[in-house]
Amino acid sequence: MNAIKEAFKTVSDLWSLMVGLKVTGKYFLEPQRTVRYPWKALDNTDTYKGHLELVGGVKDPFKPRCISCGMCALACPSNCLTVVKRKAPKPTPEEEKAMAEAKANGEKVKDKTPKDPEQFIYDYTLCSLCGTCMENCPAGALKFSKNIYMAGYSRNDFLFDLVVKLRESEASAEQEPAAPAAESSEA
Amino acid sequence: MPAEFIRILIGLVAVAASVGLIGLVMVWVERKVAGHVQRRPGPYEVGPNGLLQPLADALKLVGKQLFMPDGADPILFWLAPVLSFLPVLLLFLPLPLGDGLFTMDVNLGLLLILAFSGLSVLSLLLGGWASNNKYGLLGAARAVAQSVAYEIPLLLSVLAVAFVSGSLDLATMVKEQGTWPWNWNIMTQPLAFLIYIVSALGETNRAPFDLPEAESELTAGFHTEYSGMGFGLFFLAEYANMVVVCSVATVLFLGGWHGPVLPGPVWFVLKVSLLMLLLVFFRWTYPRVRFDQLLNINWKWLLPLSVANLLFTAFFVKLAQYTIVR
Amino acid sequence: MTRNANMEHLAGDFYTNNFAKTAKEGSLILNLGPQHPSTHGVLRVIVEMDGEYVMRAEPVLGYLHRMHEKMAEVKTAAQFIPNMGRVDYGHALAWNWAFVGAAEKLAGIEVPERAEYVRTITCECNRIASHLLWWGAYLLDLGAFTPIMYAFDDREKLLDILQVPTGSRLTYSYFRIGGVAQDLNEDCLGRIRKFIPWMRSRLPMYKDLVSDNIILRKRIEGVGVIEPDLCRSFGATGPVARGSGINYDVRRAEPYSIYPKIDFEVPTSELMDARGRYDVRMIEIEQSLRIIEQCLELMPEGDVLVKGAPKPSWKVPKGETYFAVEGGRGKIGVYLASDGGKNLYRTKLRAPGYCNLSLFAEVSRGTILADAVAILGSLDLIIPEIDR
Repeated sequence: MNAIKEAFKTVSDLWSLMVGLKVTGKYFLEPQRTVRYPWKALDNTDTYKGHLELVGGVKDPFKPRCISCGMCALACPSNCLTVVKRKAPKPTPEEEKAMAEAKANGEKVKDKTPKDPEQFIYDYTLCSLCGTCMENCPAGALKFSKNIYMAGYSRNDFLFDLVVKLRESEASAEQEPAAPAAESSEA
Repeated sequence: MPAEFIRILIGLVAVAASVGLIGLVMVWVERKVAGHVQRRPGPYEVGPNGLLQPLADALKLVGKQLFMPDGADPILFWLAPVLSFLPVLLLFLPLPLGDGLFTMDVNLGLLLILAFSGLSVLSLLLGGWASNNKYGLLGAARAVAQSVAYEIPLLLSVLAVAFVSGSLDLATMVKEQGTWPWNWNIMTQPLAFLIYIVSALGETNRAPFDLPEAESELTAGFHTEYSGMGFGLFFLAEYANMVVVCSVATVLFLGGWHGPVLPGPVWFVLKVSLLMLLLVFFRWTYPRVRFDQLLNINWKWLLPLSVANLLFTAFFVKLAQYTIVR
Repeated sequence: MTRNANMEHLAGDFYTNNFAKTAKEGSLILNLGPQHPSTHGVLRVIVEMDGEYVMRAEPVLGYLHRMHEKMAEVKTAAQFIPNMGRVDYGHALAWNWAFVGAAEKLAGIEVPERAEYVRTITCECNRIASHLLWWGAYLLDLGAFTPIMYAFDDREKLLDILQVPTGSRLTYSYFRIGGVAQDLNEDCLGRIRKFIPWMRSRLPMYKDLVSDNIILRKRIEGVGVIEPDLCRSFGATGPVARGSGINYDVRRAEPYSIYPKIDFEVPTSELMDARGRYDVRMIEIEQSLRIIEQCLELMPEGDVLVKGAPKPSWKVPKGETYFAVEGGRGKIGVYLASDGGKNLYRTKLRAPGYCNLSLFAEVSRGTILADAVAILGSLDLIIPEIDR
C-alpha cells in the first residue's frame, strides 16, 4: 500500500518539472533586461560616486574653494591626498617697507599668501571612495564626480592634480555651454 | 553495385557536411535560447544577431595550441576525441529523411544505431583516464556508469516499438505510421516515448544528467584537460549525438517524415528541431541530478517500467494477431 | 591513480602532504579549490575520497587574508569604516553597523532616531541582496543556470536603490560614528516603496521554479543534517543554526537599535538539513520586506548625524566593549579595545562564516562529493569575511 502511495507521490512530483518549464518558457518570450551598453545609456549614473573633484568658487570657478588646511589629507584612511600650499609671494619694496613699519609698531603683519593650493595631488588608485575627506572639509571644496568613464592605460593615468583638472574642466565647460551634463553617448 | 556505392558516398558527404552545420547551428541555438530564458540577448555582436558567433568560436578552437598534460598517455589522450566523433557519422546513415530518402537500406538499422552509439562510452572513459587528472578520472568513472546504465531502458523502450511495427528497419517503421498525429506511434506507446527521452538525456550526458561534465563540482569532468580542437571534437560529438537521438525519436514515435501538406524532409527536420529545442530547454531549467539518484532513477524506475511496457506490448501484439486472424 | 601512498612522487604542498600522512591506502586526495567554479571566494578544501565518497575534509584558510585587524591598529576609528565595508561584500552594511555600534557604545554616543531607522532600512535591503546572491550562487552550484539571472535582476534594483544614499553598489562605507553619512531622499524612499511589492510578486515565481522542483528537493533534502548540539559546540549562528532548530537571532536575543519596536518573525526549521537552511533564508527575505515596510511608516523626521559627530581626529575613550549585530550569515561581532590613544588599540572582528565553515569538516564525512558541494553552498560562506 505504502509503495503505491509513494509511486503516486512521485508522479505528482514530476508535475513540478512541467511547472518549471512553464516559468522558463514564459521568460523566454518576455523582453530582455540587458542594457546594451555602450550603445544604450545607463540610467543609474546620477548617484554614482566617482573620483574626487575640487569645487570652484562662486565668483571665480577656476579657483578652488580649498583653503589648504590639510584636514582631508589627515582624515583619509588610505593616504591618497597631498596638499601643496602656496608660498608667500615675494613682497615688492613698498610692501617690504610697510611690513617693516608695521613690525616696528608691534602690529601684526597680514599674511598675503593665497589660500588656495598650488597642487592637490590625488592618487585614485589608493582612494576607497569613503567620503571622509569630503565630509570633513571646512570649506566644502571637495565633491565626487559622476564620471563613470574613467579609464587609463597605466597607473600614472590615475595620479591626478585636481587643481589642473578643475581648470581643464571649467575651460571645457565654458567652451560648450550647451553641452548637457549627462553622459549618454550616442555612437 | 556501383549505384549503392555512389549512394553511400553521396550520403556520407552529405552527413559529414550536415554534422558540421548542425554543430554550428546548435551552438547558436543553445546560446540564444539560454540568453532569452535568462532575459538577456545571448550573442549579438558578431554578425547580425550573433549568427557568426559559432564560426568565430570554431576559428578560435582551431587556432588554439594543442596541449597535453605532463604524464598523460599520448596515444589514448588524442584517440579519445577522435573516437567520440567517428561513430557519429555512421549513425546518420540509416535515418530516413523522406520516402525512400535514406543512405543505407539496412534491415537492422535500429540495431546499427544502438550498437555504434555505445562506442561513445569508450571515448569518455579514455579521455578522462588518459588525462592524468583526478577530476578527469572521476568524470570518466561517472560517465561510464551512467552510459552503461541508461543503455538498457533505451533498448527496451525501442524494442517495444519494434514489436508494434514488426521490424527493425527504420524505413519500414516510418511507413507503418500514418500522416496525422493520432496515427503515430506515440499514441500507442506513450510510456515508451517518455522512457526513451529520459534515457536519451542520460546517454548523451545532457542536463539534468550532465554529471560527467558537472561544471560546478568537477571543473569540467572528463574533458578538463582538453583545449582547442580536442574539446571542439567532444563538443561536436555531443551535439551530433543529440541530433541522432532526436532523429531516432522522431522516426520511432513521431511519424518520421509523415505530415499533412509539406514534403517529407521538411516535416522531419521540423520535428527533430522541436525535440532538440525541448532538450535545450531542459538544460536551462533544471538543476543537476545527483549521481546516485541518477542511477536510482534508472535501475528502480526506468528499467521495471520499460520491462513492464515491453511485456504489455508483446501481449497486446499477440492478442491483436489472434483477433485479426480470427 | 593510487600512487598517493608513495609521498615522494606527489608534488603536493605542505598542507596536502600533511593531510596525506594520515590518509588510508588507496584513497584519492583531491583539492577543491582554491580556484573552483563553485564560487564562494578563494577557499581550498582538501578531501580524501574513497571512490565517490568523502571520507575526510579539511579546509585550508588564509588565501584571502588581508590583515584588516592589523590595519585597525594603525587607523583612527573614523578612518576604519571603509575597511568594514570590504570585509564581507555580501552584507557590508551589517559590518559597518557592528563597528560603529561598538564605537558608539564605548563612547556613549546617542544616535538620532531617524538615523536608526535609516540604518535599519538600508541594512535590511542589504540582507535581501545578500540572500538573493546566496540563492543564485547555490543554484549555480547545483547545476541550474537560470535562477541566478532572475535573482540578479532583483538584486540590480536593490543595488540601484542603495546607490542613491551611499554612492556605491557593493562595498558600502555609509555609516558614520553617530549616524549615517547622508539622508534617504524622496527618490530613494519612492524606489523602496515600489520595490517591496515587486519583490513580493517574485517570491512565488522562485517557489515555482526552484523550491518546489523535485530535482532540487531530492538534492537538498536529507543532505547535511546538523544536530543542534553540533551547532552549539562550533558556535554556528544565523540561518545555519536556525535551520537546525535553535531559535537564536541577535535582533531578538540582544536587541539593538529600534528592533524591539518592529514586529517580525524569526524563522526556524525543524528539518536540520540543507532544506531547512534554504527555507529559513527564503522566509527571511519575506520578513526583511516586512521590517522595511514598518520602518518606512514609523520613520520620524530629523537629523541623520548627531550634532558634534566625531571628527577624523576623534579619539575613542579608554575602555573595551563588544557589540554584535545579526548579519546575513550569522552573528557579526566587533570587539574594540582602546587605550585612549589616536589609533584603536585592538579590533577583533568575529566573522560568522568562520564558525559555520568549521561545521563542514564534521558534516561532510561519508557523503558523496555532490552532497559535499551542496552542504558547502547551504552554509552560505563568503570567504573574505572568514579570512578577513
